[in-house]
Amino acid sequence: MPHGEAATAESFRSARVRRFLVAALVFAALALSPLAIRSVYLQNVLVLTLLYAAVSQSWNILGGYCGQISLGHGLYFGIGAYATSVLFVTWGILPWGGMIVGGVLAVAVALLIGYPCFRLQGHYFAIATLVIAQSGLVLMQNWDFVGAARGIQWPFGPDSWWTLQFARAKTPYIEVSLALLVASWLATVLIGESRWGYWWRAVKDDALAAESLGVEVFRSKMAAAGVSAFFTAVGGGVYAAFLAYIDPDAVMSFRFSLLFALPAVLGGIGTPWGPLVGAAVLVPLGEFSRSYLGGSGSGLDLVIYGALVMAVALARPQGLLSLVPRRRAAP
Amino acid sequence: MTATALLQVFASGLMTGLIYGLVASGLSLIFGLMEVVNFAHGEFLMLAMFATFGLVVFTGIDPGLLAPLVAAAMFVFGAAVYALVIRFAMRVETNRGMVQIFATFGLSILMQGAAQYLFSPDYRSIRTSWLGERTLHVGGVFLPWPLLFGGLVSIATFGGLYLVMTRTAFGKALEATREDQGAVALVGIDCNRMFALGWGLGAALVGLAGAVLAVFYYVFPGVGASFSLIAYVTVALGGFGSVFGALAAGIVVGLVEAFTAVVLPPELKSLGIYALYLVIVFLRPAGLFGKF
Repeated sequence: MPHGEAATAESFRSARVRRFLVAALVFAALALSPLAIRSVYLQNVLVLTLLYAAVSQSWNILGGYCGQISLGHGLYFGIGAYATSVLFVTWGILPWGGMIVGGVLAVAVALLIGYPCFRLQGHYFAIATLVIAQSGLVLMQNWDFVGAARGIQWPFGPDSWWTLQFARAKTPYIEVSLALLVASWLATVLIGESRWGYWWRAVKDDALAAESLGVEVFRSKMAAAGVSAFFTAVGGGVYAAFLAYIDPDAVMSFRFSLLFALPAVLGGIGTPWGPLVGAAVLVPLGEFSRSYLGGSGSGLDLVIYGALVMAVALARPQGLLSLVPRRRAAP
Repeated sequence: MTATALLQVFASGLMTGLIYGLVASGLSLIFGLMEVVNFAHGEFLMLAMFATFGLVVFTGIDPGLLAPLVAAAMFVFGAAVYALVIRFAMRVETNRGMVQIFATFGLSILMQGAAQYLFSPDYRSIRTSWLGERTLHVGGVFLPWPLLFGGLVSIATFGGLYLVMTRTAFGKALEATREDQGAVALVGIDCNRMFALGWGLGAALVGLAGAVLAVFYYVFPGVGASFSLIAYVTVALGGFGSVFGALAAGIVVGLVEAFTAVVLPPELKSLGIYALYLVIVFLRPAGLFGKF
């Protein structure tokens, strides 16, 4: 029925327009939020929330859309953080360039890892990513050129957008993290609408069936891994500039790898807004409980955070985003 | 390197490996039964070590003798975790794998926090054990008694586990449940009860490992992390779900780690284990003894 098809295409287009309008509004509100949130402490929480949302969105591309559960994204984050720091501290290359170098390096590593690992299934794949990331951590802890376990301290300098160093102001980091979130959100949505996106979902649902229908399963996984690693590494570079000090445990421990997956899973895995929703709940709760209950390492903050993670995982297996009523199924 | 030195590395690697096998056995048993990877496994071990430490402080009894008591307490704990957390994670219809990962990951953070809150982050060690400082000296090879004791407990445990799995009605019901949950329900086996008992048994095995480790290893809230990673690798290497594969893989891991420490600086010894895992799964994507 031509008439019906036209109506479907029409509603598809209008749903798409609405989706981008909503996104523009949300991101604009976040960009302006430092005007309303003046407290340095809260701005700090906002930086972390946006950064976790961005990196979790990157994880979501491989884990949520393509269904390959990586427990080793800490490695790519670490590569970005280290590339940015080493290039800046040793050779004075601006962090903007360092992030891109880190991103490209992470893509190369992801493809190198993916080549043998994507033959593995389920838990064997997850443990392989974990083991490779852990090997990277051990190497960094013992590699003197990058400061080994001592890490790298960024030099003190005047506030500047060039070097992305600001002694007190948090707003620049909010905007940079937000820009990364927007970029990874756009990549997710635009690729998700393309042929690659459909391939990824087919691979996630049933790789064998997809293969028999002509989907290039292996290349789909490699592409997802590359995109995912790139944005994760750029996030690592931003984080390094934000902290101005990194060491192996602070940027690439196993806990990081789980913490990058967590917002996507709790918010809604394989959805474009899941990571932001998850991060908006998890990061502030983690930070607030640490400030109010975690004094002198009492551990009470961890009890609350752990209980929260369990509760959300068990109570909302489809993610928090599923609480929002939808008027119409997304295309 | 002399033959005696090689023998020394082999012997301590073997003993450590037996203990790694014991640490991994509970994880493997639970996975085999219901395909759940317990990301709080390291924290179960930490709890068992603190339980051993506490009992030694309060009773003054040698930690070696307390192992059965710790195992019994951990059995109750494991069954309770199943009843309070895992049971609900099993009911989930969407994203079941991720829910299980993060429900147990949340539990691990909670347990670490609780341990820090109750016992402080300090490192503790048991100094009163009879086994403590003694070493066995055989033909130029020195073996610390605590390590030897751990190895012996591991062998005895796997022996007992083999008998339970093959000779008792409980073992057969457990095996039947892992093969086909629907079918066992038809012959009147309560799956829920079997799962609870499986979690109890898995935690009891970790309890034994914790009691053995507490004799010579530091006890602190973060202790689980160092062992859990080795346990995941061991379980995957043996083949997910193969309990006796975990023993074999544990021994291999212990030996590879000991010999890596000879070739590379000791800080890099875990690289040997990681490389071993990768080489094996690239060649055999289901581990040494795993079934797909």
